Amino acid sequence: MSITDAPHISNAPPALPLLDIKNLTVEFSTRRGIVQAVKNINVEVAKGETLAIVGESGSGKSVTSFAVMRILDRAGRIAEGSVMFSGIDVRAADDDQMRDLRGREMSMIFQNPRAALNPIRKVGVQIEDVLRQHAQVDSSALTDKAIEILDQVRIARPRERYHAYPFELSGGMCQRVVIALALACKPQLLIADEPTTGLDVTTQKTVMDLVTELTRQQGMSTILITHDLGLAAVYCDRVVVMEKGHVVETALSSTIFKAPSHPYTRKLMRATPRPGVTLRDLLPEDSAEAKKAPATVKSGNGHAAPAVATTPLLVIEKLVKEYPRQGMTTSLSKLFRRGPAPEPEIFRAVDGISFTVNRGESVGLVGESGCGKSTTSTMVMRLIDKSDGLIQFDGEDIGAIPAKQFATLPLRKRIQMVFQDPTDSLNPRYTAARAIADPILRLGDISGRNAIRARCEELALQVGLPVEFLDRFPHQLSGGQKARVGIARAIALHPDLIILDEPTAALDVSVQAVVLNLLQDLKDTLGMSYLFVSHDLNVVRLLCDRVIVMKQGKIVEQGPTERVLFAPEAQYTRDLLDAIPHPTV
Amino acid sequence: MLTVILKRLLVAIPSLIGVVIVTFLLTRALPGDPAAYFAGPAATKEAIQEIRVKLGLDKSLPQQFVRYVRDLAHGDLGQSLTTGQPVVTEIRNRLPASAELTLLGLIVSVAIALPLGIFAATKPNSWIDHTCRIVTTAGVSLPVFFTGLILVYVFYYLLGWAPAPLGRIDVFFSPPPSVTGFYLIDSLIAGDLSTFRAALSQIFLPALTLGIFSLAPIARMTRASMLAVLASDFVRTARASGLTTFTVVVTYAFRNAMLPVITTLGMVFSFLLGANVLVEKVFAWPGIGSYAVEALISSDFAPVQGFVLTMAIMYVLLNLLIDLLYGVIDPRVRLEA
Repeated sequence: MSITDAPHISNAPPALPLLDIKNLTVEFSTRRGIVQAVKNINVEVAKGETLAIVGESGSGKSVTSFAVMRILDRAGRIAEGSVMFSGIDVRAADDDQMRDLRGREMSMIFQNPRAALNPIRKVGVQIEDVLRQHAQVDSSALTDKAIEILDQVRIARPRERYHAYPFELSGGMCQRVVIALALACKPQLLIADEPTTGLDVTTQKTVMDLVTELTRQQGMSTILITHDLGLAAVYCDRVVVMEKGHVVETALSSTIFKAPSHPYTRKLMRATPRPGVTLRDLLPEDSAEAKKAPATVKSGNGHAAPAVATTPLLVIEKLVKEYPRQGMTTSLSKLFRRGPAPEPEIFRAVDGISFTVNRGESVGLVGESGCGKSTTSTMVMRLIDKSDGLIQFDGEDIGAIPAKQFATLPLRKRIQMVFQDPTDSLNPRYTAARAIADPILRLGDISGRNAIRARCEELALQVGLPVEFLDRFPHQLSGGQKARVGIARAIALHPDLIILDEPTAALDVSVQAVVLNLLQDLKDTLGMSYLFVSHDLNVVRLLCDRVIVMKQGKIVEQGPTERVLFAPEAQYTRDLLDAIPHPTV
Repeated sequence: MLTVILKRLLVAIPSLIGVVIVTFLLTRALPGDPAAYFAGPAATKEAIQEIRVKLGLDKSLPQQFVRYVRDLAHGDLGQSLTTGQPVVTEIRNRLPASAELTLLGLIVSVAIALPLGIFAATKPNSWIDHTCRIVTTAGVSLPVFFTGLILVYVFYYLLGWAPAPLGRIDVFFSPPPSVTGFYLIDSLIAGDLSTFRAALSQIFLPALTLGIFSLAPIARMTRASMLAVLASDFVRTARASGLTTFTVVVTYAFRNAMLPVITTLGMVFSFLLGANVLVEKVFAWPGIGSYAVEALISSDFAPVQGFVLTMAIMYVLLNLLIDLLYGVIDPRVRLEA
């Protein structure tokens, strides 16, 4: 970092840390009074250091970073403590001074890159806005400089992409633009707030490698905010673990994973899916035994797990789904849009795949976004029609039944789904009980208020949802509880096959651990088959008997989980596995 | 761009045909016999019959319709029975009066509503937010004729600042040579500043009345839309990049918040154009709304049909304009078109 880039802070003594957070408390005024999101924390970041702040949702890690940048929203304020950045008291600085700091001395990369960019402004112009604000170059050279920065973050054909709008770029590309925005003025501190959540593993790797390389080149300090311990371990020097607004542990990343001292850190470590562990290992030490015995529910309908696991329940042969391609830009949303294409070009989202799912078996369907795994599961679910091929369920050719008609058939009961987002997949105006009862009311054979209520309570017990929560609405439930409601709804009609579409992607690791165990227990007691759609190979490893790896609509590899994940044959599978960051245990 | 416009216009044709049929049938279904009305109370049966034949009302409905459509194809909307003037001429004279008034009213309203909405959204629950709430509530709750009368009472009767509310221009002035039909613009084209001032002083109060009335939906929509956009991720990014408040609010937030505001604007405009009868009455404004209502009361078919058709065409054109504006503002819309 050259001094000329930051003339007004050159007199900071070099011995001081670049960022020094002392006794910071951040409060939010809410309807229920004042809530402390961050309580009396101390964090230091040295020049050139990479620090990770790790924690689950609600731990206050993002709020801390917003407080450093002073971009807390209206309801939040720094109640106590100090934030010293390069000798400047951030809390006392006036708005003009803060504006000069933001973007020029410290900047931020956000989660969900597409939403982080102005949707109706060319990405190049957005970079120019930042350069102009901080008077980095004179106005005649702005465009060239913006293109140069796009080139630095490895955006191919930067001159062309300068004119692109965010919706014309992929998620990974958008994140590069966000990085370009953050690094445009060569700041001293970069805060990356969950920069890779929602990106594929391989994209995550390239993005993180890029950030590391650029920050190292320029000698910047970095704060990486993440829930992913593996990511923190691989890319950071030190790790700060936060829980419910407190810093519970600060240690070097090389040591913290070998010898985590705080119980919460240990719990997080345990809950992270990684090679060499079983599902039960994910649960906290004290509860692991208690959980081991499957839920003791005397369900009269719980058919015993069938011993024969070789009868195919679902047979897929040469399945194809075609969509008309629209224009040159093909974002995912457009693939799913209906309507006649201006040109008769065809895009094959699923391109002739064949596989089977046996009774009582759990099959993982993995691949990166756009590989066709969701299209496949939606076709098996019979929500959309196939273009070609065979979908056979329990000997019946269900692929031949139009999707619209399928919803009314008794067969509908036997294939159910658990959706990706536990919040969005629940009707906000239905109580948990009403949501669970929904399939029973539509397709079930139970009638009468009391009988249905009894069934709901039984299901709630089965999925470990306290019965008194049944009368709550989704917004009154936690993420894990909502996931349980979604699962209870899916098993309400005793299905034979459940399609799990990334059921834990939106959950914290500790909650994910519990939900995954619950799914395993339910499968054992109820003898269902799972088609588990996921991008997380570690999760698939834990839950699935067999794995199917998809790429660009085709199956690149399938086989028993152990074989595929430990001795992959396809190069693509190897790339996927290599991209996963692992804490060195 | 041109193909988009053409395509949109083609799509509008069926709805225009529908409008022609429906208005034709509706006006026929109106109670009252126009022939009897025009013959006067003392007329004999023969005289009424004679008028009926003259008007073509003795023919069957389909025959009447064919005749109506044929005239329409020649640009003939028929003749008003009350004024004896061709409907086309009347509409051509009166539409600019209404349009000028409505447009100016909207400009006044937008000039107040947009800043009000933006400030209210940037500082929720501040005094300006409360002002916004009070002004908008008052604006919609006061009937336009009441606001109009109050304004006339205060500014003409009490203060004497405004001229008598008697039409588009003072009797001592002659209207400027017609180019656009808008007196304000025509007088400027003619370089006649005193006429411009006279026209402005006449239009000011009615435009203000309309402005106050139409302020509420625009200000509310601006506020709501701005609030949503200001809470979005990209505004946070802009703030985190150290952009000035002005850039963040105007360049980043407001442009994104504009789409629903423009939709509201279009709706308000097309609503006001035909519905500001009361304002036209209060200010003796020779507009299209009062013309249509008078014709309706006297069962005068031709002007009513002409009015509805004109409004339908205006509506189609306005919607097209709004859709094109969407495309200018939002590149994603452009792509879909």
